[in-house]
Amino acid sequence: MDAILFSAADFHVLKPVILLCLFGCGILITDAFLIRNRADRWKNAIPALAAQVAVAASLVQHLGDVRSGGAFSGLNGSMQVDGFAVFFNWLFVLAASLAIVISARYMGAEGEHRGEFYALLLFAQAGMSVMAAGYDLVVLFIGLETMALSFYVLVGFLRDTRRSNEAALKYLILGAFSSGLLAYGFSILYGISGSTNLGEIAKAVAARSEGDLALFLALITCSVGLLFKIAAAPFHMWAPDVYEGAPTPVTAYVSVASKAASFALMLRIFLTAFESAAEAWMPLLGAIALVTMTIGNFAAVTQTNVKRMLAYSSIAHAGYILLGLVAGNETGLRGVAVYLLAYVFMNYGAFALVAALRREGEAAEDIDDFNGLYHRAPGYTILLAIFMLSLTGIPPLAGFYGKYFIFLAILREGYYLVAVFAAIYVAVSAFYYFRLIRACWLLEEGEQQKPAQLDMNFGTRAALVACALLTLLIGIYPQPFIDLAGESVLAALR
Amino acid sequence: MEVTTAHYLVLSTLLLFIGTVGILTRRNIIVILMSVELILNAVNINLIAFSSALQQIHGQVFSIFVITDAAAEAAVGLGILIALFRNKETIHADEIDLLRW
Repeated sequence: MDAILFSAADFHVLKPVILLCLFGCGILITDAFLIRNRADRWKNAIPALAAQVAVAASLVQHLGDVRSGGAFSGLNGSMQVDGFAVFFNWLFVLAASLAIVISARYMGAEGEHRGEFYALLLFAQAGMSVMAAGYDLVVLFIGLETMALSFYVLVGFLRDTRRSNEAALKYLILGAFSSGLLAYGFSILYGISGSTNLGEIAKAVAARSEGDLALFLALITCSVGLLFKIAAAPFHMWAPDVYEGAPTPVTAYVSVASKAASFALMLRIFLTAFESAAEAWMPLLGAIALVTMTIGNFAAVTQTNVKRMLAYSSIAHAGYILLGLVAGNETGLRGVAVYLLAYVFMNYGAFALVAALRREGEAAEDIDDFNGLYHRAPGYTILLAIFMLSLTGIPPLAGFYGKYFIFLAILREGYYLVAVFAAIYVAVSAFYYFRLIRACWLLEEGEQQKPAQLDMNFGTRAALVACALLTLLIGIYPQPFIDLAGESVLAALR
Repeated sequence: MEVTTAHYLVLSTLLLFIGTVGILTRRNIIVILMSVELILNAVNINLIAFSSALQQIHGQVFSIFVITDAAAEAAVGLGILIALFRNKETIHADEIDLLRW
């Protein structure tokens, strides 16, 4: 068994991760030794984008292999490339590319334009990639921590800004705490099964009797750890602070990619290791999903800062996505995948606009700053309206299909009351999303208020237009995206 | 009296509990970071106890990774704390109030 430690097949499985790490290290080296003209904002962003192209190429290979020969594993079964892993890796590539494109201008305006920023973006993505493909507790834990440690630094990247420092510190303390709880759950799972492989653990868990204390403890600690990571109530306190304090491109990246990666981890663990204990965790997660939607939606109504409002809205979205897992049927999981895909574009679009309002010396993050924006930038307010309507879940936009499948799934399982509440909360969410649209179109800017201007460059513009087009495209012609999402998540169900 | 796996489990559960209480109640951030370390050490005790009970090496390997992670977390945490201290001259959690908790 110890003949070949790292075969060509293992290399093939790990290729996206290796590429990301190499490009990340490359950026650190070129930034330190080769780049003379630091004012040029694209010198570090372009290699980071090249990394995305390289990863995308290897993902195309993976997808081809999965389609022709089914899922394949590597590194002694500790990584598994299946439709699920490939789908989530695509999400991370999209999210990271958009983050890089937006950052080029934003970090310049903040005066913190450094190579480390892009390197950390790539390292975080490498961690997420491992989380999506990992099939072993050790590998999953390392992936999670690689992602989390990179994010702590990214959130605190504006070293001279106290908000950013505070956000990073809060994120670190609560993130480390939740990782610790999750690791504790992992250690008990190892004790129960004598293996760190998810397949073996699933067998051992299935053999346990109902109401087993050790299994219960493992389930609770793993759930709490994971719920922290996806910012579900009552473990959501960190999210608004972190979203507000972090540089806006990082906020977008955390809210989209880190959430998707944590959901990937959650789906993997709950649908393999804990699958046989579903009766124990489904009501628990159902209750948490309801509480999350309640807190997220009602707290978002009272916010005046746009980033905080979007943070609470993202908590509410986590509640909806969680419902897909609670329903547990094919439709629900399809809904989770479609939702996460749509969420990438609509949320990035919203945050890209907030990032564009940031200029040297002014924050411009309050809802009031959007007052009368229509007169100054009519085109972009139309885009903003598209993103807000999509976040509400109004057809024919991308956000609608995620909600559609999740509602369908919970109705099929007979959770009528849950569906009623979820529908009411959609109406609540319409209130605060429309408030931003109203500020842009109907209100005039105040007398003494300096009108906030949108500062665009080519990258931000391209990102915005791409997000808007894809939000529209998924909404108008959803079938290929639904098929893709369904195919990928069903691979994990097997 | 022989020390069995159950004893180790009790110890690790206690450590987990102490760490959790420390994170929730202490105001000094250094102590909070130490409490996080306690939780990770509870994990390590579990892993090594199981590993020796099961006569396997997997748990010990896992614990090496957890130790590495704890070191990385401490490094990043102290780095962020120093950045904060430069701007604000405090290490008390309740004085970090720019963002509402």
